[in-house]
Amino acid sequence: MAKILAGVGTSHIPAIGAALDNGKSGEAYWKPVFDGYQRSKQWLAEIKPDVVILVYNDHGTAFGLDVVPTFALGIAAEYPPADEGWGPRPVPVIKGHLELSRHLAESLIFAGFDLTIVNEMAVDHGLTVPLSLMCGQPQEWPFKVIPLAVNVVLYPPPTGKRCFKLGQAIRKAVENFDQDLRVVVFGTGGMSHQLHGERAGLINREWDNKFLDDLTADPQRLAQLPHIEYMREAGAEGIELIMWLIMRGALNEKVREVYRFYHVPGSNTAVGNIIIENT
Amino acid sequence: MRKPRDYDDIPGTYVFDFERSHQGYHLNMFCMSLLKPENRKAFLEDERGYLEKFPMTAEQRQSVLDRDWLGMVKLGGNIYYTSKIGATLGKSFQYIAAEMSGVSQQEYADMMLKGGRSPIGNRSIAGKK
Repeated sequence: MAKILAGVGTSHIPAIGAALDNGKSGEAYWKPVFDGYQRSKQWLAEIKPDVVILVYNDHGTAFGLDVVPTFALGIAAEYPPADEGWGPRPVPVIKGHLELSRHLAESLIFAGFDLTIVNEMAVDHGLTVPLSLMCGQPQEWPFKVIPLAVNVVLYPPPTGKRCFKLGQAIRKAVENFDQDLRVVVFGTGGMSHQLHGERAGLINREWDNKFLDDLTADPQRLAQLPHIEYMREAGAEGIELIMWLIMRGALNEKVREVYRFYHVPGSNTAVGNIIIENT
Repeated sequence: MRKPRDYDDIPGTYVFDFERSHQGYHLNMFCMSLLKPENRKAFLEDERGYLEKFPMTAEQRQSVLDRDWLGMVKLGGNIYYTSKIGATLGKSFQYIAAEMSGVSQQEYADMMLKGGRSPIGNRSIAGKK
């Protein structure tokens, strides 16, 4: 049977991808970020997942304002890196896992999650930057990826509570899949940041670290947080953090934090990374 | 009339809700068209002519021509979309953020290096806390 082994929370800041692609990862500004991910990279290489379910958001790339799916699950064989205005990132094509993604789509819909199903989609920095941070610059990504795109651009995004429950349904669905697969779930985005308006540049170190603490100590508190709290405390774009709750919901009640990294700034954003294992 | 929202109280913030997305629909979809290299080329060759293809308001067009990044947001632009104009012009998110918050890129970058803009005093218009 398939099994979810762990969850990864990570920022998906586009400037990190650009730094890596342009050979700037050793520069003084970026070095602490890439150094901070070394331990996570090593951990992931050792845990060797077959499939990563990657929760992220599209930034007006594959989805415009014409159609805005709240939850969109990719069931394609592959996903090309998107051109976001400066040409596609020079990273490998992302390979899907057809059988597991079909099983997930069917199971989740029967569990009451009315997903949008995606057969063709280019993926932007929201998906590719986490892969780069966690895997570096390989010729091929070392596992299959099932993208789960969440709307956090057009208000209102789904509630944190709904995200958490979707995670729980993902766990059940994965556990009912009859192939022996090692699965890791990534929740991406955040941490605190605001990219627009006169308040751009907002960072809330204290709030972010409490969020990291409560992923293990009190995930139920996080699941109850209303949108206004994210926007007020972690910046309007900090609301991306609801996506980490899908990752957390997909893990056992009892978990342990393996590693945490927090760094300000990554361009406009607080960089956060956490590894949580099922016990 | 628009129903008041809890987030109206956050200073310097323009939550991209359904009203704003309607107001800025064509502005944002123009931005999205810049994901194609041939459209970036056409825009750079004749900005005014290219903008005419999209049924946005004269004010919205002017905000693009003026590189008025905060103005675009106030007219319904969403940062994830307007940043595609930035990408086309070779301008980063950080450049745009500095412009919107009314400081030089250097001052903004320095603020971020010092830990970013504090939430203290920036949480609430009513509470000024």
